[in-house]
Formats: sequence, structure tokens, C-alpha cells
Amino acid sequence: MIGDFDYQFFLEVLTGGLLSGVMYSLVAIGFVLIYKTSGVLNFAQGALLLFAALTFVSLVERGVPFALALAVTFAIMVALGIGIERTVLRPLTNKPPITLFMATLGLSYIIEGAAQLIWGTQVHGLELGIEDVPLEVGGVLISQFDIFAAAVAAAMVLLLSLFFRYTRIGLSFRAVADDQFAALAVGLRLPLIWASVWAAAGLVALVAGLLWGARLGVQFSLSLVVLKALPVLVLGGFDSILGAIVGGLLIGASEKLAEVYIGDYFGGGIESWFAYVVALVFLLVRPSGLFGQKLVERV
Amino acid sequence: MTFLSTVKAIAISAALAVSVALPAAHADEQYFPLQSYRVGPYAAGGTGFFGGFIDYLNLINIRDGGVNGVKLTWDECETQYEVERGVECYERQKSHAGAAAWNPLSVGIAYAMIDRITADKVPLITVNHGRTDSTDGRVFPYVFPLLLNPYSETSGIVNYIAAKEGGIDKLKGKKIVVLYHGSPYGKETIPIYELLAQKYGFTVQQIEVPHPGNEQQSQWLTIRRAKPDFVVLRGWGVMNPVALKTAVKVGYPVDHIIGNVWSNSEEDVIPAGDAAKGYTAITTQASGNTYPVVQEIVKTVYGAGKGNLEDKSRIGSVYHNLGIVNGILNVEAIRIAQEKFGHRTLTGDEVRWGFEHLKLDPAKVEALGAKDLFHSINVSWDNHEGEGYVTFQQWDGKKWNVVSDWIAPDWALLRPIIEKSAEAYAAEKGIKPRTAADAEAVAATN
Repeated sequence: MIGDFDYQFFLEVLTGGLLSGVMYSLVAIGFVLIYKTSGVLNFAQGALLLFAALTFVSLVERGVPFALALAVTFAIMVALGIGIERTVLRPLTNKPPITLFMATLGLSYIIEGAAQLIWGTQVHGLELGIEDVPLEVGGVLISQFDIFAAAVAAAMVLLLSLFFRYTRIGLSFRAVADDQFAALAVGLRLPLIWASVWAAAGLVALVAGLLWGARLGVQFSLSLVVLKALPVLVLGGFDSILGAIVGGLLIGASEKLAEVYIGDYFGGGIESWFAYVVALVFLLVRPSGLFGQKLVERV
Repeated sequence: MTFLSTVKAIAISAALAVSVALPAAHADEQYFPLQSYRVGPYAAGGTGFFGGFIDYLNLINIRDGGVNGVKLTWDECETQYEVERGVECYERQKSHAGAAAWNPLSVGIAYAMIDRITADKVPLITVNHGRTDSTDGRVFPYVFPLLLNPYSETSGIVNYIAAKEGGIDKLKGKKIVVLYHGSPYGKETIPIYELLAQKYGFTVQQIEVPHPGNEQQSQWLTIRRAKPDFVVLRGWGVMNPVALKTAVKVGYPVDHIIGNVWSNSEEDVIPAGDAAKGYTAITTQASGNTYPVVQEIVKTVYGAGKGNLEDKSRIGSVYHNLGIVNGILNVEAIRIAQEKFGHRTLTGDEVRWGFEHLKLDPAKVEALGAKDLFHSINVSWDNHEGEGYVTFQQWDGKKWNVVSDWIAPDWALLRPIIEKSAEAYAAEKGIKPRTAADAEAVAATN
């Protein structure tokens, strides 16, 4: 009965879902950056996220000050990104997309293994100094940490948008994304652009790794958050940062609402696959996602 | 160095390496095939458990020269906690002579091995986990869920909650939510919680968290709305710290969350930070490094540079101590079997006989240097769990503190349910349940 419906609880579930969705978007943005400029679905993004968080927390635990650890980790992620581009992807230029995807799949295992080899297998706590006691807004409890994460995501999207719109290298990214051959023809240096975009993906992995690490603890399972990003990408489009944000919000909200309101009819625990149901429906209706570029090929 | 001397050096090194690495089947060696996991998502638990197990085996070798002169040997095969890799490891390691027992520390791998090890007649140890009905040795002659099966764990937790509330009669009208991992392991206890709820008059709501459990917002909002008196956390891996953090996020008091035996380690609470303060969990073995046997390991094994843990601060952690206790149980089973069959390499079936006579009362546990580390065990041919006692520990932000006496699960209540399930399994598989006389008969060779 409508009269019995607990609107406050509904709002709480919806808000929690939207804020969780922002966390998924953070991971999805890393995918979008690489896909947008090079057409590669970088499955290693989750492993990069794990590597970044593990490196940062290991440095802090060894007495390196927070800011310095952040800077060193960023430098390592940039170097790693450039290294991957040089040694793995550049030799595979012009190979079919499935080859490139398989290369990143293999890469994810190598990075995961290397992260554990270098920093060990122990789990770590990560405190970013953000209180996680809930705030009560109009009777609805909202996580302070999730609000902080949403603010970071918003700032990152804003920065990336400004970067793509107003900087020379950002405009080069867009040119390459639109047409690689035309970009080459006008003298843009593709290797430099790809190296830069991998470095940017490393930065996104660091930010997402710290936020997810503070949420879950820094441990191997961090690399599994890619599974949360995939339906977001299908929904929002693989080459749209705005799509990653909107897709994340839709997936986060729908999976939480589904779990709470219809989960019992399916025995519970449906949210992990419900997100893929939503993504699949969108894929059938709109294959390029909400904001993805429609591919038109002349044959 | 000349070319010839280089070749000679390489040849000698290779010969030495082979002699060390080859699984030689000497008459005075007892071998443990270890399907360990030191990388992958559950590496933290694997390194602790197998580290403790190997540390104890090393202690016996270094201090005592083995078990009555029989050296303990082992090799490790990496499973990453994956069932198919675990089975591959089994196929690779099973040809080694003198295998004492399998200890995979994985429900999935253990399930996949039951038929195989039964045919091989080598015991499979699933300390604190595994199929509940494998407690019934009539139907599962080679499987040993030592110390605690999932139903006993459930009974222990309910008894603890009852004690906190002032008695078993005070459970009437209470509400308990069980938050379980979405896996066969997590679902194993669903029927027994329902049964105990009916018996004691409390209501139970069981909520699944999909694997791996890194998102639990909706589950905890549902819990907050249900307003339970207690939440039982039946988690694994990343699900545990996320549960504690999300509980705080939705305002549920952490000191009303009781963790099960796979939600009770340092690895489960440290990532949750301050959110884990006050969280309580069940255990069969206490943590800490003050127990004489742990001290001996530090002195004798780590002192000799043979300690297995890279990070020495983990000595005495929950998983490390579980590995040590598991080592004690395996070694004592061999010792008991040797008294009957002779001080020599035993067959798997002879070791099975040893496990079926594994009786360590508190005095014997104390003599082994493990007083208060674990309580006791009393395995028989038809009870392969061995009536392990449980205790409860609370996390204070830095370490676990024991907050209860040793508690006995309600074995009398559980036994008929276990027998019924085991008999159904026997009927399905066409197994004729053993008798006590069958159990005394031992195969001469593997």
C-alpha cells in the first residue's frame, strides 16, 4: 500500500546507491581515458588501482610523510603507465582490438602479481582523515566519507573537462580520439599522447585506489572493483566521462533499490548481477551507451 | 674460475638442489602435501595459516628430531585458493610416498577432494570448516572437520549471545540477523539458524552479501530498519572489514556484531580501522604469542632462522596460531598412530586411525605448551570433529582480548541433524556406513 511506503527509507537507499555509484564512476573514468584516445579497453585498470593504493600505503607505513608518499606514488604510476604504453601497447599498434584487450588482461595479472611480490600480501588499513560517522539530513543518514568521495570525483571530472577543453595536450587527446589518422596527418605525435593518457589513467587509478582503499582496506580485492565499473561503462558509453558519471549514478541507485525492494523474491544477494541486467538491457536498446559515440562505418 | 670448474660447480649445486627438492620417500619420513595459497585474494590468511603449520613442523624436527625419529617433510603447491588449482596440486602431490594428511584450508578444494582422498585412503583435514555432515565418521571415514564444524560454530555463537543476555531463556523474542557470504560456505548454516530460532524462540533474518562483499550499503540499511538485537557476521575476506565499516556508516553498534570463525582474524579488522573497535568474534584458538609453544617456536625455529613468516609481527596472530594448533593436531595423530603401528613412516590409513584416536584433554594440551591456546579435542571413529570448545575475543583497536570462558556447543542437539544429513549423503552415493570394527581395520599400504 502506498500509504505504508517508507519514503525516508527509500530516500536513504537511493542516496546510498547514488553515492556508491560515484565510487564506481571513479574507476570507470580510468577506462574511459584510455578507450577514448586509443580504443583499448584497459582491463588492467583495477590492477593499477591496487598497485597505486598498495604502493602508497606501504610507503606511509614505512614512515614516508603523507604528501611525499602521494607524490612518489604518483611518479611511480606515471612511470608505470608510460612503461606499459612503450613495452606492451606500442608494439601491438594496429593489431585487432581483441588482441589489445587480451594484452591488458594479461597485464592485469602481471601487475597484481608484481604488487604482491613487491609489497607483500598483508592487508592494510588506510585512513585518509575523513570521519565516516553518518550525517543526518532530514532524517536520512548520509556517509561523510561518501560525500567526500563524491566531491573528489566531481573535482576530477571538472579538472579533466577543463584539461580536454583548454590545454594543448588535452585538445590533442580529443583530436586523436576523433580520428587517429587525421591527427597523425596534422603532425600530432601519437606516442607522446598515448604515454600522457596512460599517465593520466595512472593518476585516476591513484585517486580511485586511495578512496576505495579507505573504504575496503588495501588488499588484493581492490582489483575486483573493475567488475563494478564494467556495467557503468556499458550504460554510460566507453568513451564519455560524463557517461561514466551518469552511468555510475544509475547503476549504483538501481542495484541498491533492486537489492532492497525485490531482492527477497530472488533469494537475496542480487545486486552484483542486477547491475549487469541493467547494462544488458541498455546494450540491446542503445549499443553505444547513453553518451557513447555512435560508430558509423562505411563499407 | 675455469669453464670446467664452473660446470662442476653447477653440477654439484644442481645435485644438491635436486636432493633437497626431490620428494624422497625415505623410510623415516612422513610427508605433508601442502596446497597453500600465498598469492591472490586470500593470501593474508594463507600465509598465516601455512606459516604457523610449517613453523610447528619445523619445531618438531629441530627440537625433537621429528616424531619418534621420523622426520616431517612437506612441499607447497600454490592454489591461489582456486579449486581447479587445488585439484591440480592434489594430482601433482599425491604420488609422493608417505603422505600423512591433506590440509587445503579451503571448502571448495576440500569438497573437490573428498571422493579422491577416500579412494586413496589418506585423511583430509578441514580444521574449523568443511561439510558439517563430514563430522559423521561412519559415512566420511577420511574427512576430519577438526575442532569445529559450521553447526557447532552456530550453536556456540547462539550460546554466547544467550549468555550475554542472561540465559538461554532470554533469547525468546530477540531478533538476530545473519549476514552471510554468498557462497556454499556462507549458506551452510542457514538451516541450523532457522532450527535454533524455532527451538529458542528468537526470530532470525538471514541476508546474503554477494561475493566478494565490497558493497554492503543496501544490506546494512535493511539491517538498520530491522533493528536486530545482534548481527552475526558470517563473512570471508574483504566482506568482513566492509561489513564493519558499513555498520558504522548506518549507525549500527559494532559491539552487537558477532563474527564467525572466518571473520575473526587481524586481517578482518585492521582494514576497518576504528570501525572495528568493540567487535567480537568466535574462535577455537586464542591469539597472542605468550603461550609456551609459540614462545618455543620463536626461540627454536625463528632463532635458527627457519621461521616461515616474513613479517615477525604476525607471530601469534589468529591465522598463525590456527596453523600451529593444526600442526599440533596432525603431529599428535601421527604420534598416536605410531604407538600402535610402530615408529616408522605410516600409511595414510594408519594416520586416519591416529586421527580417530586423537584425544587431547586439557592436561595433555598443557603438556604440549598450548594451555589456553586451545581447549581440548576428543575425536573418535564416528565423531570426526572432536568436540572442540570455543571462546570469544573482542578487538580493542590493536589486539584481540578474550572475553569469555571456553564454551561448549550443543553437540547433543546437533548430532541427530548431522547423522540425518550424512545418511542422506550415504544413500545418494551408495555408501555403506562403517561400523566401529570397520574403523579398526587398517589398510597396510596406501
